[in-house]
Amino acid sequence: METLITPGNDAWVAVLNLLLDGLLGLLLLWLAWRTLASADLFRAIVLFIAFGLVLAMIWARLDAADIALAEAAIGAGVTGALLLAALARLHPDRPGTQARPRGSDAS
Amino acid sequence: MPDTRSTSVPGTVRARALPAGPGPTARLILLLLLAAVLVGLATAVLSLPPVAPGLGAVVTEHLPASGVEHPVTAVLLNFRGYDTLLELAVLWLALLAVWSLTPAPLAHEPTANPMLAALNQLLAPLMILVAGYLLWNGGHAPGGAFQAGAVLGATGVLLHLSGRRLPRAVDGWPLRLALLLGVALFSLIGLAVMAGGAPFLTYPPASAGGLILAIEAAATLSIAATLAALFLGGRP
Repeated sequence: METLITPGNDAWVAVLNLLLDGLLGLLLLWLAWRTLASADLFRAIVLFIAFGLVLAMIWARLDAADIALAEAAIGAGVTGALLLAALARLHPDRPGTQARPRGSDAS
Repeated sequence: MPDTRSTSVPGTVRARALPAGPGPTARLILLLLLAAVLVGLATAVLSLPPVAPGLGAVVTEHLPASGVEHPVTAVLLNFRGYDTLLELAVLWLALLAVWSLTPAPLAHEPTANPMLAALNQLLAPLMILVAGYLLWNGGHAPGGAFQAGAVLGATGVLLHLSGRRLPRAVDGWPLRLALLLGVALFSLIGLAVMAGGAPFLTYPPASAGGLILAIEAAATLSIAATLAALFLGGRP
């Protein structure tokens, strides 16, 4: 990347970094807002998982690889699965949660 | 009536059934409170010294005595091992709470998707390998018991979703042993070093590396079992 941009290397890289970080930060805020404001619980959980993945990317950008790994694996992955399992318990008959694999199988 | 209107839109029923939001006055008060919190947070962040003093130098200085080469693992498993032990215990307590609430939902025989089952035959060994890699990596690079346990636990969740079930023989005490192993081994080693006159959880530097690896391996198994059992949501 850096070799492609010849004039004023460091300045360009700094601007690109700033843009990327700003984009990630805004995306995180937007995802958080959408998660909280979402009326549909299933959508809220999916957004929460996306939020966790973006947060993991931000941790990685901050050179905190340990936290990024933990966030992706536990924060986004396992917590998302637990929330989906809880949602399936709340609405066992709701399409789109528990019944999805079964429905696709039966039809 | 919001109820009658919302039934036409499936999926938003629950949200519409919630009580109406706060009135304009309450909203204004909330907004002011939030603004106050925002100002407080901004002041706190801006008043931080540009370079946080932290304990990084102290950790680096004592790293050779910790038995591992990665500072994060050294802090988690050695310097602040007590915190990690309690974290494991908290995870275990959470599972106990779930188990005491309800038995596991009757295993309504899974009509698992054959695609998922086939994919899992490829994925499961790979994920177990990744978990082992993360565990081993923890000694000198980012990784460790929690990440490895999460990957291994996710393997269990995937296998459960594709219709695999624990055999009856493993359902009883072997499962409980796997759940308890991390906390038990961690505490046992922590107590055992006290026989040599050291304080609780202060490993002798010569054998610290091996002890940490043993604790992390046991913790990985326990974390994986706990997370997968939490997903099942009830006593088996």
